[in-house]
Amino acid sequence: MIQQLSQLIGMHLKEFFREPGIIFWAILFPILMAWGLGTAFTKKNELIRTVALVDKQNTLSAREDFGRFFTGINPEKTAPLTKKIGNEKLGITTYKFERSSWEEAITMLKRGKISMVMELVEDSVKYHFDPVNPEAQLAYLQINGAFNDNNKTNQSDNISPLTQTGTRYIDFLVPGLMAMGVMMSCMWGISYSLIDKRMKKLLRRMVATPMRKSSFLIAQFVSRLLLNFFESALLLLFAYLYFDTNIQGSWLALILILIAGNMAFTGIAILVSCRTANTQVGNGLINLVVMPMMVLSGIFFSYHNFPDWIVSVIQKFPLTILADNIRSIFIEGAGLVEMGVPLLVLTGIGVVTFLSGLKVYKWY
Amino acid sequence: MIKVTNVHKNFKEVKAVNGIDLHIQPGQYVALLGPNGAGKTTLVEMIEGLQHPDVGEIQIMEKRWKDHQEELHRIIGLSLQETRFVDKLSVLETLRLFASFYGLGGKRIQEILDLVNLEEKKKSFVVNLSGGQRQRLALGIALLNEPEILLLDEPTTGLDPTARREIWDILKSLKSSNNTTMILTTHYMDEAAYLCDKIVIMDSGKILAEGTLEQLLSKHKKGEVISFETNGPIPPDQLPGGDKIIKSVIEPVANKGEIIIEDLVSYLPSFLEFIKNQNLVLTSLECRKMTLDDLFIAMTGRHLNQ
Ligand SMILES: Nc1ncnc2c1ncn2[C@@H]1O[C@H](COP(=O)(O)OP(=O)(O)OP(=O)(O)O)[C@@H](O)[C@H]1O
Ligand SMILES: [Mg+2]
Repeated sequence: MIQQLSQLIGMHLKEFFREPGIIFWAILFPILMAWGLGTAFTKKNELIRTVALVDKQNTLSAREDFGRFFTGINPEKTAPLTKKIGNEKLGITTYKFERSSWEEAITMLKRGKISMVMELVEDSVKYHFDPVNPEAQLAYLQINGAFNDNNKTNQSDNISPLTQTGTRYIDFLVPGLMAMGVMMSCMWGISYSLIDKRMKKLLRRMVATPMRKSSFLIAQFVSRLLLNFFESALLLLFAYLYFDTNIQGSWLALILILIAGNMAFTGIAILVSCRTANTQVGNGLINLVVMPMMVLSGIFFSYHNFPDWIVSVIQKFPLTILADNIRSIFIEGAGLVEMGVPLLVLTGIGVVTFLSGLKVYKWY
Repeated sequence: MIKVTNVHKNFKEVKAVNGIDLHIQPGQYVALLGPNGAGKTTLVEMIEGLQHPDVGEIQIMEKRWKDHQEELHRIIGLSLQETRFVDKLSVLETLRLFASFYGLGGKRIQEILDLVNLEEKKKSFVVNLSGGQRQRLALGIALLNEPEILLLDEPTTGLDPTARREIWDILKSLKSSNNTTMILTTHYMDEAAYLCDKIVIMDSGKILAEGTLEQLLSKHKKGEVISFETNGPIPPDQLPGGDKIIKSVIEPVANKGEIIIEDLVSYLPSFLEFIKNQNLVLTSLECRKMTLDDLFIAMTGRHLNQ
């Protein structure tokens, strides 16, 4: 029995590590994703935004207020004018003022190159922008503030930027990616392996021996669990070294919730692949399960912007349960006590799907 | 040893196995011979417990699959018509995996490697094996548990004559040393003739004939075969001899045919006469004793390996 299990687990692990393509997708990909998204949304120090400057009467050089605004820049030149606005704490945005005609400005607006048009009128300025566009709103507030010279009085002393670990986007992202990694690895890895073995008639050959069917499926679970721990550990290590993320809650809770998540998704994977003998049908089925959760479960962005009734549905997805709880261990410092219910729910999903899969399983 | 009683198996409209009775004695080697789709695999897999008969009963050493699954798995060794093992596992690792299912150790694995002659290849991945080596690996796995009953589905299909010979030798030696009982399916009558005590000819889910090679051939007395080609079309219904012909197969487009006849010596002159009268010229002519393939033609009008 032990010999059987260890041989079967060995088979799965060897199959995995001897296939370079699989290693890339399963292990490197989540790390690359963390790196890409993490950098894109976390380090916002060097922002450049473009604004159109429409000057119909050609009065720019004569205007005293603009002279003050663009200190040291000769407004006679046609090169775009720039102005850095902001401070160390809030991050500095460099605004480029592109001098253009009204028509050109509208074209740029339509193409999304700019989000605001600044027009010189009489002896003041007019701002044109879409009031529901937050980026344009921010540009308006910043430029208007700077223009009226209340830069010094904008009380940045009272602003305390939330860049400490636990509140950045990357801290939101890494737990989500861990949860997603578990789901993807179980769903694709296990379903694929089972369907492939069934197609090759290897499954049929194996059950014609005294091998225990449950050993075979348990080996699937254990080998996936080991692989997923390895994968999660690498992701964590990377996030720790590169982004300085920390786990604020209990490590034991994290390990337990990961095991429960693995159980849930192993069960689902076995159920999904229990009767399919065809890889294409299998792919479709897996996508059907995986895709909605990928999109809705708040892996990349919070799901709280959906309407309430959808949120209450989303919160019942196993991926949501897993991601939310890993996240609360990570950033809210949750411990074992808070994990009680989710651990039970995920394990329950795993056991129920596993048993029903085993019951209707098509071995040959 | 194995008792198959009135077994039927249908796949929708197809009657894959259509009422088969078969009794196999301990130590007997039995060949299931038949063309594609005859139902050989279906029958063998039902004996292996991988499929279940719609009607009828299968007993192995008085035991049924329903009640003695575990026990039967232990005494049966088998190879399926096509199994692909895990690509990136070596020969040795594959053997170890299957050995673990029977709780066997390294000693038996080494014996198997020697027996099926894969010692040199034991470190190679399964993907990198040749077709013949894969078949030998499958046979090795079938033999791991020193089975009392061996069920092999086309173990030599697609192999070159030397490779087939090697497998035959392994199976032959097993018969004398272990008194194994075996069922083997094949399209090759020489394989059946060389290896097996009993030959069962199947077609369309039914047994057409069974017995030793001699019994089968003598059933059709001392049949002989004229096989010929001509330079023009042969009118099949005007062949001479009438009821002396056991069976004739004329292929109109290819201008060739075979006639199975009881007594060649007395028939041949009238056949040559007939060819001459039809203004045909023989481009080839062969006369021989009846083989299993001819026997099959005699029974169904078709060739065996089609
Ligand atoms: N799972 C199945 N579903 C539907 N039809 C099947 C199935 N298995 C076999 N058949 C049909 O049953 C008949 C017998 O098939 P079987 O595989 O037993 O033939 P065989 O004698 O082994 O042929 P071959 O020499 O080609 O291996 C065929 O007509 C086949 O199409
Ligand atoms: Mg077959």
